[in-house]
Order: sequence, then structure tokens, then C-alpha cells
Amino acid sequence: MKRIIAVLLAVVFVCGALAACGGNNANTSKATADETKAAKTDFKAGFIFLHDENSTYDLNFINAAKAACENLGVECIIKTNVPESNECKDAALDLADQGCGLVFADSFGHEDFMIAAAKEFPKVQFCHATGTKAHTEKLDNYHNAFASIYEGRYLAGVAAGMKLNQMIEEGKIKAEEAKIGYVGAYTYAEVVSGYTSFFLGARSICPSATMEVQFTGSWYDETLEKEAATTLINNKCVLLSQHADSMGAPTACEDAGIPDVSYNGSTLSSCPNTFIVSSRIDWTPYMELAIKAAMNGEKIDADWTGTLATQSVALTEVNDKAAAPGTADKIAEVKKGLEDGSIHVFDTASFTVDGKKLDSYKADVDTDADYTPDTEVIADGYFHESEYRSAPYFDLRIDGIKLLNEKY
Amino acid sequence: MAANTKETGKEPLFHIVKRTDLPMWKSWLIRIGAVVASLIICAVIIILLTGDNPIQIYGTMVKGAVGSPRRIWALLQGVAMLLCIALAVTPAFKMRFWNIGAEGQVLMGGLGATACMILFGKTLPAPLVLVLVIVVSIICGAVWGLIPAIFKAFWNTNETLFTLMMNYIAIQIVSYFTYIWSSNKGNNVINTINVDTHAGWLELPPSIDKYGYMLNVIIVGALTVLMYFYLKYSKQGYEISVVGESENTAKYAGINVKKVIIRTMIISGALCGVAGMLLVSGTDHTITPNTAGGRGFTAIMVSWLAKFNPLFMVLTSLLIVFMQKGAQEISTVFGLNNSFSDIITGIIIFFIIGSEFFINYSIKFRAKEVEAK
Repeated sequence: MKRIIAVLLAVVFVCGALAACGGNNANTSKATADETKAAKTDFKAGFIFLHDENSTYDLNFINAAKAACENLGVECIIKTNVPESNECKDAALDLADQGCGLVFADSFGHEDFMIAAAKEFPKVQFCHATGTKAHTEKLDNYHNAFASIYEGRYLAGVAAGMKLNQMIEEGKIKAEEAKIGYVGAYTYAEVVSGYTSFFLGARSICPSATMEVQFTGSWYDETLEKEAATTLINNKCVLLSQHADSMGAPTACEDAGIPDVSYNGSTLSSCPNTFIVSSRIDWTPYMELAIKAAMNGEKIDADWTGTLATQSVALTEVNDKAAAPGTADKIAEVKKGLEDGSIHVFDTASFTVDGKKLDSYKADVDTDADYTPDTEVIADGYFHESEYRSAPYFDLRIDGIKLLNEKY
Repeated sequence: MAANTKETGKEPLFHIVKRTDLPMWKSWLIRIGAVVASLIICAVIIILLTGDNPIQIYGTMVKGAVGSPRRIWALLQGVAMLLCIALAVTPAFKMRFWNIGAEGQVLMGGLGATACMILFGKTLPAPLVLVLVIVVSIICGAVWGLIPAIFKAFWNTNETLFTLMMNYIAIQIVSYFTYIWSSNKGNNVINTINVDTHAGWLELPPSIDKYGYMLNVIIVGALTVLMYFYLKYSKQGYEISVVGESENTAKYAGINVKKVIIRTMIISGALCGVAGMLLVSGTDHTITPNTAGGRGFTAIMVSWLAKFNPLFMVLTSLLIVFMQKGAQEISTVFGLNNSFSDIITGIIIFFIIGSEFFINYSIKFRAKEVEAK
């Protein structure tokens, strides 16, 4: 019996070894073929994504990666379903082994594994979306990126405010019943910044608006998100929005006939009657910029924040069936104000904390174990979001927003 | 099975006979035949559904699993982790104690390691932290296995449901602590722990171990051999088989069944704790509720497919991890969704399990002359 096992093991290893050699040969011959074709387009960009295209969050990245690589004519290698563990480091190093000049990862928990990979391959550029540590790690080849999505959220909030006003005018609700519901993932600054900017946008149009937030404790959990949305609807919220990555909240709204302002991309096809508009980050401009810089050996910023101007912050088409009349025009008008600086999303005149207007606030910009506030972020009458690092750090609990559960 | 007995007086078309006399080489021939048959079926499905060349797909799978030294080490690491958990559940299974709580036991072991690294990483010397990590994670895993064992031994509760539910409790406890120890407030991600001091890290210097998985592989290799001898040659291993065969026989033979159940589950949980320790302290240096990654359930299959023999488990876990690694590569190269590789893996495993039927039973067709009548 043992002899047979030994023979089998030998067969397995020989097959494996042969296959490995075969694989390597194929690899090298392919590479030489590429080299002879064109010297400039042999650049490879590698991408690491937490889930696959079934998650709205990752789909947004996958589409951007494909578009950026196609626009620049570079080879695109995508690894999906990479967990936030050492497998991320293996995936990043494997992409570097394959000759990628740039490796990009999309999930917050990938950050430390990307940093570890960056230290092993100093000549390969490693870019990480949503991370917070590039400005303190000070590696030449490790970079963070995000976008001023709070501006997109604010504009989406304007659409929500328009809808609330329409409901009040039509007598469907009283002014004091203009309550928005919001499904959030975690009590993390990125989410807080998102719902607060959305709420401020809505309140700039509908002054009587209030909001309730229900957290799910997960970035992607369809059942929990649907339950949270239903809870909010039962609490008499008349309009919903969400910051979590499944279709849970939008479909709950469609089932209940409650208008929804979506995120990450359009949910119009599944929710034709209730989808108003969606904000999202378009990663294509950043990916193009980073790939180009890596190709030409130019420096990539440690922190890069996309804006409305770089077309990194995008809104989908407004769905006229659900939105109030004139929404698109109003969004265009406010967008102009944001771009020319006449409107600031976190204008300290537009919100209070514990009934008081803020003149000064120190945010936790540099990551440390005790969440030490380290940077003054209020100046010139507004909160400077995403300026001292790309990832959001607005974590104030402003008046008018009620958090139903804080335990995540 | 499909025997047709409606027509009375007629012998059914075929009947199934248990066989015990099949020589080893024949049974392996059947198994290899099953794998080949499954690959052919998969090839047909690949062509029908995707139009891609199946040979290329298989080639890519092999390349994805063993195509570079780094990939081979990642494969070995994957095998080691799965194998370690399979080793852990095996003594319990041999005792007919259906421990499907390995996922939770691994997580609790990992949480124990995480706690030591975070709480003592800055105050105690690094070697001492590592000792604490090892001891605490083993204790945590063992306790998580012990709880259902006590209930089973004294009140005969259903261990399948009990261990299953303990998984969910463990996942929630880990979520809770990832919130408490979040590196950025409220986002439930713990950054690499003790990244500067490496306190509590189980590792060899990079000069010996370039890819960082050697120690894990060595430890699990040693555990595999130990478990083989424990089950096959030790008195305790024998007691486990007797309790598994029949509790009453065990009682008449003077074996303390309660003691065996509790002792075996402590071993099972402790080994899961080792797996959790290897994952947290030896590999990831952080924890998430997904750290066990479903291995606690896959390990059940590994153990069963190998008929609870630790040496065969090397092969079965290699097969499964090889398929997983290969599958990831085909989703990258061919742009096929991961579900597609799950389909292929499913078909191959189905055939392998199915082949056991033909090894244990033979099909006897009714004699020709009966047919002629």
C-alpha cells in the first residue's frame, strides 16, 4: 500500500514539475513575442479586487481598470476575490513576478499587505484605494488614492432635497415629516463623511429635513442591508440612501415604493420606479494617471484625491420617473458652485455639533492605535475634507442626524 | 438502486453486491479513472459553456498552482492550513463525533493569538510573547472544542448542531474584537500587528525562508506524522476507534466513554487552535472574521475523502487546494467568474466520491439466459 502511495506521489510531482516547466516555457515565449511587437505597449498593470463583479463596489473598479488599460493600450491582469489576508501580499508579489509595473488594490484591509509587497519590489509602483498610511509610511513606490466623493454625495443630496420638497408640496407629507433613512456599513469616517455630506446637500434644499442612520456592520451583506432599509422605512423614513455594496437597500426601496438615492453606480435596471440618481467615484482618471506615471518613471503622489474637476466624482443620469422635476438643472447649478468654491460642503455655517457652531476641530489624520486627533482641519469657515490625506476623516456627529445603532 | 422488480418472478436487471476483496491497485485504478472521466466531462462542459479550449484551461490551472516558486509555496501553505484543520477534525470523526465547528475553533485560536500580540506586544519581550501566543491560542481552540464535548458527554446533546452554532458565536466574537481593535476608528480592520517589533510572529529569518511559509509547512508536516501514529498505534487512538464503532462495546471493554469524548475534543479543538495560531501569528499577523476562510468546512471533506487516514489527507488537501489555486488563475486569464471554477471543482470531487461506490460495491448484471426469456 505504501509503495503505491509513493508511486502516486511521484507521478503527481513529476506531472506538476513537467506542467510547471511547460508553463514557464509558454510564458517566456509569449514575453519575447510581445517584445518584438512593440516596446512601448509591453507594460502590464495588475489589479487586486476584494470581490468580483457581483459587488457594486468592485464592479466600479473592474470597469475603470479595463477602461484605463484599454485607453492606454497596456495589458491588464485582474485578480478577483482576493481576501484581506496574506493572500493579498502573495497576489501582489505574483503580479510583480509576472512583470507588472504597477499593482493596484481596492479594499481597505489590503493596505498593510500592499505595503509589505511594496517593500519587496521597490521598482514596482503599488497603488491602494481608500488607504490612509501612504503619507506616514513615506515609501517612494506606495501610494494612496481616493476622491472627494463627499461632493458627489452632496449633489446626490440635492436631488433628495428636491424630492422631499416635491412630496411636501404635493401634500403627501408635512414639512416636519421629511425624514431620510440611510443604510451605512460601519461608523467609520468614510461612511460618516458620506452620510453627512448627503444630508447637508438635502437640507440645503429642504430645510426641515432630518435623517436616521442604521449601520449593518458589513460592507457587503444583502440580507442585513435589506433589513436595515426595511427598519428605516417602518420608522417612517420617506426617502432612502445607502453606503454599503449590495443591492439590499435599493431593492427594499423598490419593493416598498420609497425613492432611493443610490451609490457606486446606477441601480436603475433593478429599481426603475424608485431610483433617483447615484453618485460614484470614477477610478479611470486615477488609474490612467498612475499607469502613465509608472510607464514613464514619473513620481506618483503619496496621496491623490480626485475631484469633480478631474472627473473622478461622477453622477449618473437622473431618473425622471422618480426624481422631482428640475433636479438635473439644480444639480448642475450646485455643481458649478462647488467647482468655483462659492459652496463648501462642510461649511461650518450649515451645521452644528451639540447645538454649537465649530471654529476648530482636530481630526485623526495619521493612523495610530489610540485614534489621536493630530491635524487642525477647520479653516476659512469650512472643514477641509480629504486635503491632508486622500481618505476621508470627517467623523463629526452633527445635529439633525440620529444614529439608530452605534455598535459597529 | 435502479433495480426493476415490478415484473414478478423475474430477477432484476442488476443488483449491487458489497465487495471486500478488491486489491489495492485496482481501487486506485478506479480512482484515477474517475478523475480522468471527470476531466473529460469538464472539458465538454467548458467547450459547451465558454467555447474556450479545455486543454488551455487545464494548462492554466496547473500553471496557476505551481507556475513559479512563489506559487508553489503559496500552494504548500494552502495545503498545510487545510491539512492542519483536517487533522484536527479527524480524531473526532473517527469517534463518530461530528465536529463541524472547526471554523469557530480556528477563529478562537486565532483570536487568542491576536489578543496576546496586541495586549503584550509592547510590554513583554518578543520570545515571551510568542510563547504566550502559542499557549493561549491552543487553549482557546481547545476550550471551544471542549464546550460541546461536555454537553455531549453528560447530557447527550446533538454535537452537530452545537458545534455548528459555536461557529457563529465565534465569528461574532471576532467581529466584536475587530471593532474594538480597529486601526482606524470604526472600520473593523486591524492593521498588521507589531509590524516594527515582530513580537509574537512565528517566523524563520528571511535568509532561510524567502517566501515565509516554510515553518508552517514543517509544523503541519510533523503534526501529520504524529497524528498518523497517534490514531494507528497509540492506546488512545484505539479507544477512539472503539468508541466510534460502538459505544456499548467500549463500555463493556471498560473504556470511559465520557473521558474519551472530552479528551478527543480537547485534542481536536487544540489542533484547530494551532491552525488559527499559524494563520494569525505565522501568516497574516492580523485577524478578520474571514481568517479561517471556510477551511473549517472544507477540512471535513478532506478528512472524509481520505477515509480519516492522515497520510492520504496530504493528497486530498493537495487536490482541493490545487483546484482552488488553479481556479483563481483561470478566472484571471480567461475572465471567467469564480463560480465557473467552482463548477469544475464540484464535478471532479463528485466523481471522486462517486468512485468510492464502485470500489466498495460491485454491480452484478443478471445472467444472459434470463434476459433471453
